[in-house]
Amino acid sequence: MSRIQRLFEGLQGKRAALIAYVTAGDPSPAVTPSIVWALERGGADLIELGVPFSDPIADGPVIQRGSERALKAGVNVSKTLEIAREIRQKSTIPILLFSYLNPLLRYGFARLAQDAAAAGVDGVLLTDLSVEEAEEHLPALRAAGLDTVFLAAPTSPPERLRLVAKYSTGFIYLVSRTGVTGEQSSLSDAAGPLVAAMRGETSLPLALGFGISTPEQAAQVARLADGVVIGSAFVRVIEQHPDDAPAAIEAFARPIAVAIGSSKS
Amino acid sequence: MISSQPDSRGHFGPYGGRYVPEVLMAPLETLQKAYEEARVDPSFQAELKDLLANFAGRPTPLYYCRRLSEQLGGARIYLKREDLLHTGAHKINNCLGQVLVARRMGKHRIIAETGAGQHGVATATVCALFGLDCTVYMGEEDMRRQRLNVFRMGLLGAKVVGVSAGSKTLKDAVSEAMRDWVTNVSTTHYLLGSALGAHPYPMMVRDFHRVIGDEARAQILERENRLPDRVFACVGGGSNAIGMFHAFVPDSGVRLIGVEAGGRSAALGEHAARFSGGSPGVLHGAYSYLLQDDDGQVSLTHSISAGLDYALIGPEHAWLHDQGRAEYVNATDTAALEGATRLTRTEGIIPALESAHAVAEAIKQAPGAAGETFLVCLSGRGDKDMDIYRENLPNV
Repeated sequence: MSRIQRLFEGLQGKRAALIAYVTAGDPSPAVTPSIVWALERGGADLIELGVPFSDPIADGPVIQRGSERALKAGVNVSKTLEIAREIRQKSTIPILLFSYLNPLLRYGFARLAQDAAAAGVDGVLLTDLSVEEAEEHLPALRAAGLDTVFLAAPTSPPERLRLVAKYSTGFIYLVSRTGVTGEQSSLSDAAGPLVAAMRGETSLPLALGFGISTPEQAAQVARLADGVVIGSAFVRVIEQHPDDAPAAIEAFARPIAVAIGSSKS
Repeated sequence: MISSQPDSRGHFGPYGGRYVPEVLMAPLETLQKAYEEARVDPSFQAELKDLLANFAGRPTPLYYCRRLSEQLGGARIYLKREDLLHTGAHKINNCLGQVLVARRMGKHRIIAETGAGQHGVATATVCALFGLDCTVYMGEEDMRRQRLNVFRMGLLGAKVVGVSAGSKTLKDAVSEAMRDWVTNVSTTHYLLGSALGAHPYPMMVRDFHRVIGDEARAQILERENRLPDRVFACVGGGSNAIGMFHAFVPDSGVRLIGVEAGGRSAALGEHAARFSGGSPGVLHGAYSYLLQDDDGQVSLTHSISAGLDYALIGPEHAWLHDQGRAEYVNATDTAALEGATRLTRTEGIIPALESAHAVAEAIKQAPGAAGETFLVCLSGRGDKDMDIYRENLPNV
């Protein structure tokens, strides 16, 4: 059983998981491990570690800027895996590699699968890789013991939800609304029906993301889903605290963790 | 025989496909279905044909360049005059087709990206014609280079949104248009302007431009009583080229020559020559030859012509290239300017800088091709490029 699967199994019936996205190397490769450790202290249960990409079409301005900072700091797939390895030296928190397809294509999937597993990565999610196009890459990832997480969206009809369920392992990431990543003032009306429709297709844990930034929203999502994903709000904290990002992000995470019952303090 | 239809998932050989966030997968399937229904609907085809003839100005002439051919002393050079279409370039063919598909789908808002502004102007034009809300994304660098087209779009009632990310050119405009589409997909049709992006766009855009090659093939057979020996077209995303080439793909004796932007030099970042400088990768939904660095980050590109300034080549071109059915070369900024000047002074035709790349390559190859017939797609006219011509040709 993978770390991701163990996490959700352990939380089942108790509370939702807090899933935090950060871009590897934002604001610098040296600081990212400390940010992840701080997130864990603040109550995060799983880390989505983003590979920066030059053309992040699914991301809003906050994560775009985070990606630009990481690229300026020279981060690529190899550096991201080095960062994962460093995180792993002091933590057993599950790590999901979060990327656009092209950097991984260039790195090579067979090599990536081996190197990611060796670095302590537990799974892979590719923003712009549909289940249809993923088929050829899955065997390499699965053989290395990596979970493959796919996205489902409010626009996905039942037959696509079935496909997403069929190809996903670990959990399924539900996109709460049509749009790019970024904080919103309220949870989309599409979220509830999407969770319900997906429950009808799978027994895998469901995490809900896109637009969640406050403890109140997190608590609302935690009542619906098995995981609450927060990305842009954390990346914004990093942007606003270039010199003390770990302390700031731990302080930001804690009330969110309390709201969903995952606080470790 | 090379198949010219993609497989059911939009692959031309290994290229093309549908590499987009899940939010867009179902809308792309819906678009594909709407297009496939429209394609075989006689009333759709009749309406499109009427608009192409009476609104856009088809068929466009096939013009024999007598003085230019005589001066070069080799091939007989013909131009397919897409520059004479309404709005000044071939782009209107695709815009009319897609706006009719959008109307069938009940979409009342249209978004588009534009590089040189020709596709933006054509999109704004069809939106004015059909009374649709129109937003065009354009890189800020391109807005500076193509001020006249920015004003034309505004005059037509479109909202032009400047994009300040990355190189501030076409690639960044496409990214921003895709972000808008992801957000507003239920009300909005993304009127993509080249043979790029996720399936069905490369197939659909090509089909709407097929008329270029179909007309030109019939016209040259009538005039010369034979097929051309070489066909030239510039290739950014590659819509005018694929529209021109398509009719000739089965004619194995006809050489198909795509001309990419050679820019300032062969160094990465200084050009948009994807075959000589790139390798297969994914950008904006399609797998094709891509200018990228060793880490899989998309490279910046440069061309004097905003319309060729893009990091990925349309996927069907990648397939024609790998099959050896089409050849791809590149022309530098300087060669394009020289070609444009020569065509202007010998034939009285000022080409768009994009089209000038195809003209330059034909001029280069003509002297060594005595007895041959060349067909060049003159995809657009040069009015939009006057500022750039003026900057680069100070002695005029």
